[in-house]
Amino acid sequence: MMRRHDPSIGGDLERLEETWADPNGWYGWFMHVDHKSIGRRYLLTAFGFFLLGGVLAALMRVQLSRPDNTFLGPDLYNEIFSTHGTTMMFLFAVPVMQGLGIYFVPLMVGARSIAFPRLVAFSYWMLLFGGIFLYVSFLLNAGPDVGWFSYPPLAESLYTPSKRADVWAQLITFTEVGSLAVAVSLITTALKLRAPGMTLNRIPIFVWAQVVTSFMVLFAMPAVMLASTSLILDRLVGTHFFDVEHAGDALLWQHLFWFFGHPEVYIIFIPGTGLVSTIVATFSQRRMFGYLPVVLSLVSTAFMGFGLWVHHMFATGLPQLGESFFTAASIIIAIPTGTQIFCWIATMWSGRIVVRTPMLWILGFFAIFIAGGLTGVMLAAVPLNTQVHDTFFVVAHFHYVLIGGAVFPLFAAFYYWFPKITGRLLSERLGTWVFGLLFAGFNLTFFPMHILGLHGMPRRVYTYPAAMGWGSLNLLASIGAALMACAIVMFLVDAIRAYVAGAAAAHNPWNAGTLEWATSSPPPNSNFPSPPTVAGREPLWENPPGQAVVVGLRADARDVLVTHVLDAEPDHRLLFPEPSIWPFLTGIATTVLFIWSIFTPWGVVYGAVPVFVMLVGWFWPKSAHEGGTQLWPFAHRMLPRPNETPAAGGAI
Amino acid sequence: MSEVRTLDVSTLPPGAFGSRTLTFWGTLGIVIIEGTVFALAIGAYFYLVTRFPAWPPHGLAAPDLRWGTLNTLVLLASLIPNELTRRAGEHVDLHRVRIWMVVCLAFAVAFNVVRVYEFAHLNVMWDHDAYGSIVWLLLGLHTTHIITDFLDSSVLTTLMFMGPVEEHRFVDVEENAVYWYFVVLAWLPIYGVIYWAPRVL
Repeated sequence: MMRRHDPSIGGDLERLEETWADPNGWYGWFMHVDHKSIGRRYLLTAFGFFLLGGVLAALMRVQLSRPDNTFLGPDLYNEIFSTHGTTMMFLFAVPVMQGLGIYFVPLMVGARSIAFPRLVAFSYWMLLFGGIFLYVSFLLNAGPDVGWFSYPPLAESLYTPSKRADVWAQLITFTEVGSLAVAVSLITTALKLRAPGMTLNRIPIFVWAQVVTSFMVLFAMPAVMLASTSLILDRLVGTHFFDVEHAGDALLWQHLFWFFGHPEVYIIFIPGTGLVSTIVATFSQRRMFGYLPVVLSLVSTAFMGFGLWVHHMFATGLPQLGESFFTAASIIIAIPTGTQIFCWIATMWSGRIVVRTPMLWILGFFAIFIAGGLTGVMLAAVPLNTQVHDTFFVVAHFHYVLIGGAVFPLFAAFYYWFPKITGRLLSERLGTWVFGLLFAGFNLTFFPMHILGLHGMPRRVYTYPAAMGWGSLNLLASIGAALMACAIVMFLVDAIRAYVAGAAAAHNPWNAGTLEWATSSPPPNSNFPSPPTVAGREPLWENPPGQAVVVGLRADARDVLVTHVLDAEPDHRLLFPEPSIWPFLTGIATTVLFIWSIFTPWGVVYGAVPVFVMLVGWFWPKSAHEGGTQLWPFAHRMLPRPNETPAAGGAI
Repeated sequence: MSEVRTLDVSTLPPGAFGSRTLTFWGTLGIVIIEGTVFALAIGAYFYLVTRFPAWPPHGLAAPDLRWGTLNTLVLLASLIPNELTRRAGEHVDLHRVRIWMVVCLAFAVAFNVVRVYEFAHLNVMWDHDAYGSIVWLLLGLHTTHIITDFLDSSVLTTLMFMGPVEEHRFVDVEENAVYWYFVVLAWLPIYGVIYWAPRVL
């Protein structure tokens, strides 16, 4: 069907914008369901926790800057390193990547909304309330002090009679409920809400990375929830899962924890590689070299990521045969990552590289992540692993992997997508400074830790005697940490300046090829007044002139086009839910239940009643026609039978 | 003025059934999450078996077969009205949906009641030793599912009687039945572990 382009395509633009608007005012603020609004909250909140975790790290670096320091006592130091690790893993790294997914996956697949928007809104309240709960506990001297892994027997009530270990365990419950909800929403969005024409092999690599990560979340997070629930049961009602005296087993904890904990590393890192692929393609001005091997690498990394957990337990004296298996697996997983690195190099090699701030961070990522990967291959070997276990060598390794593999790509993404989210550009000049300072500060902080570890300096020890000779390298590391702090402050200043008064960004300032740039910056409430269709992997580069747009969706209701999983052919329309207070109220009720359960098991029983009431309120129909279908009694069905396949008018 | 082609979706229906719906994929996600929890809890059970010289330990009796087996039969039998509910949903037949959902609820009451007897005949308490803990955990995990399934089916049934009954509500009926399948089928391995592992091992 051909017709003249005229303003009537998406004609009721004002009406459409009104339909998709979240309510204003302070009460309305608690009702938001727009994925862009929730995504922004995720990013800001996770970044806030990054700053808090960073302050804790800075306190540790002050304490360790010289031998025999008395700035922090051992008890407070325990709380600080445990809360630092817990914050960075559960309140920063996972949520910030999911926040990017919430904001950008719907835009990159050309959808008007994320799937299950109210569930995503609920997940945000879980993150926020969980984080507040952790930090209020910390200020009340009840912050976790048994490490971010909370090993029994130390975490059992015999050795930790305070509530500190319970606070950790329930923080896990908060954040995992949130992550699981987001994972389900992202998978469904990517499988069912893609623009017509976006077949499986045209899905942007960042979206693939989010889908793969979300599946990992579904399989990994249950392990830590089961573990932390069992730990609470041990502490609260006297079960004996990890209690050796009653034939429980502390190693069971380690198996369950690391069955989650190792995939967790990839849950953080895979979205990072998705960011790298996106930004490398844009700044090489060509489509990604080796799309298929890159996607298969992501998928195989996810599978292998579940076969490595025992390499965290090499020092526990497991049978050697088993250890050899996990050594082999830990080395093999370098192959798909290596494949991706070669594809990135090939893309840059054969493209026209434009070095702007986002690309600087990607180059930094290469240097740091590859160094971290190499020490990873070293640590996979049992003899070396046993030697440096629990030393600063390991601290150096995983900061190279996580900061290199996730935080540098994340900063690249901040610079890359800041204009999309705010409509304004960050400063290139300041950005270069921020990058330089953070890169130098990072290496100054963490490189010496390799050497300290090889010299035998243990982790999680609040001080060391001067006679060990570790003072100068530690001072160097602390100076590096100060540089990193300066870089972060400069970044914040620039971000606030740019938000208020930055140069206005063009709609597609980097000349990128993916769909999030096909709409204005920032995007309108409906994302795409005329939803796009696509004819290639990089639609803005590859769509022919006059590529079809979707018409016929209602402007007076949140009408969304649902497509088929494999070929993204149009299937049906669906009315999406309106803004609602119920996700917030359910979040409050769930918070009450979780915190109550720390003090008495009856908290779960009584606390479940308000949760049930809120859920009923959530699902109860608010109006007779909210689903956009006819009301009983009706003579003829509108919904197709399972085997009926209705067709849309026209073609893409 | 360039020519822009259009894809007119106004003729598409306002919903669908089965794996074409968003709800189906959401339910599938929940099934993966909870299935993983069950699988890992069963893994933990067999891990703990290796910590004991005998299983069940210290001369404890294995859980009584009677109530667990009875409940397995009740759960399996509930699949019949459940399937009939699912089909009635697909056929947007409110009359039959109401009938079969009420029958399903009756089954749900039955297996929740029998579950109480199951707990009473495990022949071990949760705080006795790690064996008691893991058995109670397994049964407890599944029990949260049958309670939840009872509660959400009750709400949906109430809605189907009170109205307003919109046509898309029948999709919810169908998806609720899909989840019910999971709750029943997930019970079978748990039943095998709780009741038969101590007898076979």
